[in-house]
Amino acid sequence: MQTDVQKFAATPGTHIEMTYFDALMQAQVEEMARDERVVLVGEDVAVYGGVKLLEQFGRNRIWNTPISEGSFTGMGIGAAINGLRPIVDLTVGSFLYLASDQIINQASKLRFMTGGQIDIPVVVRCCMYPVGSNAAQHADRPYPFFMNVPGLKIVSPTGAADIKGLMKSAIRDDDPVLIFEDNHLWTVKGDVPTDPDHLIPIGKADVKREGKDITLIAVAGAIRATMEAVDALDEEGISVEVIDPRTLKPLDHEAFKSSVAKTGRLLIVDNAHRVCNVGSEIAAVMAEEAFYLLKRPIVRLSAPDIHVPFSPALERDFYPTKERIMQASRQLL
Amino acid sequence: MRQFKGGKIPGYLHTSVGQEAAIVGACLAIGDNDAMTGTHRSHGHPIGKGAHLNALMAELMGKEGGICKGRGGSMHFADKSVGIMTESAIVGGGIPLATGCAFSAKVRGVDQVTLCFFGDGAVNQGTFHESLNMASLWKLAVIYLCENNLYAFTTSLAQSHGQADIAQRAPGYGMPGLTVDGQDVSAVYEAVAQAVNRARVGQGPTLIVAETYRFDDHSFRSSSRALGYRSAEEVEKHKRDRDPLSLYRKVLLEEGENEENLRAIEDEVTDDVKQALQFALASPMPRPETLPDYMFKSSLAG
Ligand SMILES: Cc1ncc(C[n+]2csc(CCOP(=O)(O)OP(=O)(O)O)c2C)c(N)n1
Ligand SMILES: [Mg+2]
Repeated sequence: MQTDVQKFAATPGTHIEMTYFDALMQAQVEEMARDERVVLVGEDVAVYGGVKLLEQFGRNRIWNTPISEGSFTGMGIGAAINGLRPIVDLTVGSFLYLASDQIINQASKLRFMTGGQIDIPVVVRCCMYPVGSNAAQHADRPYPFFMNVPGLKIVSPTGAADIKGLMKSAIRDDDPVLIFEDNHLWTVKGDVPTDPDHLIPIGKADVKREGKDITLIAVAGAIRATMEAVDALDEEGISVEVIDPRTLKPLDHEAFKSSVAKTGRLLIVDNAHRVCNVGSEIAAVMAEEAFYLLKRPIVRLSAPDIHVPFSPALERDFYPTKERIMQASRQLL
Repeated sequence: MRQFKGGKIPGYLHTSVGQEAAIVGACLAIGDNDAMTGTHRSHGHPIGKGAHLNALMAELMGKEGGICKGRGGSMHFADKSVGIMTESAIVGGGIPLATGCAFSAKVRGVDQVTLCFFGDGAVNQGTFHESLNMASLWKLAVIYLCENNLYAFTTSLAQSHGQADIAQRAPGYGMPGLTVDGQDVSAVYEAVAQAVNRARVGQGPTLIVAETYRFDDHSFRSSSRALGYRSAEEVEKHKRDRDPLSLYRKVLLEEGENEENLRAIEDEVTDDVKQALQFALASPMPRPETLPDYMFKSSLAG
């Protein structure tokens, strides 16, 4: 079996296949090796993760915290304004609420409020667990809340190469960046550049599948059901262009518009609750700026305005499913 | 205050008049390379830490020449060049940040102490509990300085603290806690200097409670005086018997300093303040088109 060190020591310029989770870990390891100001802070970070982070970097770089989300996030922010570049791992997306005061009232505002005197190079990571009977307190997709906050950059990579490139960009960025992972994507495999400077710019969407009939914007974890639906639609002769925003703040509206210019039809799939989610924002901007390009009204598929249920029987159709995406696509034509 | 009433200072203004000894005594005990964080009331603190009066006064007025370019205002002074990292108007919000400054010093292996100011009200925030625990656990070089002025807005200690002796909380976190006379600048200095020494040799944080009193109302514009949460006699008594400036003046005279020298110093301070006022009044307002400035350091692709 390959050790972690061997796995991560491939020659630059090549690609190697790995999971989303390994790519994420590789990004952290490479950036921690590159810059000693990068430290990892969070609950149980010293023991989980696959890579033996502690062995490689020692206790001064990997900090296992008490269960104090609000203040260890604030501590990461305080360390960022005083010379470190912390990665704060909040583990579960729903725990962001506990840290939200420090993220919103401090991290997002301090540079502005001090007239640019201080930089806040902090990365806040969390993973969303939307399905699997985690029930409502562990299953949230809280990115829409934070999109309403000026001063934050927010990314939601869905592929292995993307998480590596965006994680690295986030760590090297001088402003606060939130990273929303989805545990359904952790096991997805992809070809990942081994180049240690493989960076994906924050704010750039990516066309995951070219098509000509419909533009489908799939937000974060919605990409899985979307791809299954799009493969099936292809067999029906419906050609869907799939765009992954990759960055939720700022959204790459230009990329959306150029695709809509081609297709004239827009479907947005977002696993967040329906009211004021990413789809709402994209739909509003497209209505304002690209209305004349649209041949049909915009369609949004989202989770309902109801809490995530525990029972598998209730959870099964809670998020936009392959079938609902297919049906909405057919209706758009 | 005259400038506030004259409409030159927008927003709320929480003065620290009456709390000078706690502030200055603590700031004197740390060096230029040490860090400090404050609160909505931290007006004297930046002066104690060495920020320039001109830019502070201009900030109060929301001017371009303000220390934060008119983006922060009275509750949010910062001057990174002299280690004033941030002031948080979210009560208790600055405590984790100060803890993080000290955490950074530890990780980077630099000799730097962080002085964290907050009020008696902030002690009841979760951030106080969480932060003091982490600072103690990791022996961070941070001094938690509580300016206990007996009230959080209109709410007294007795009405809000199950344990009104705030220093008693420290042992629960495994750190020393002590109470000092916050109207005695030398006593505050001594206590903080000792805590700084402990911190510098890796013995970790200290909680210091400086017993003090706020002479003005909670803030100008809040008009809480009318709510009658403290008596006029109580305020007058503190002003008469517990004014840190006159108390220290008396000490200096007793120690042989002569009246003339003290007058000269006081005149110098008055001149500095007048000059700062002139600077602030003359400084231009920020231009509207500069609104988006200072949002981000790294540029955005989108
Ligand atoms: C989180 C939060 N809650 C409430 C307020 C409103 N508020 C502003 S100052 C204050 C009292 C703070 O008391 P204390 O910490 O003792 O500081 P002091 O004003 O006495 O200096 C309150 C309640 C606030 N700014 N932030
Ligand atoms: Mg108080």
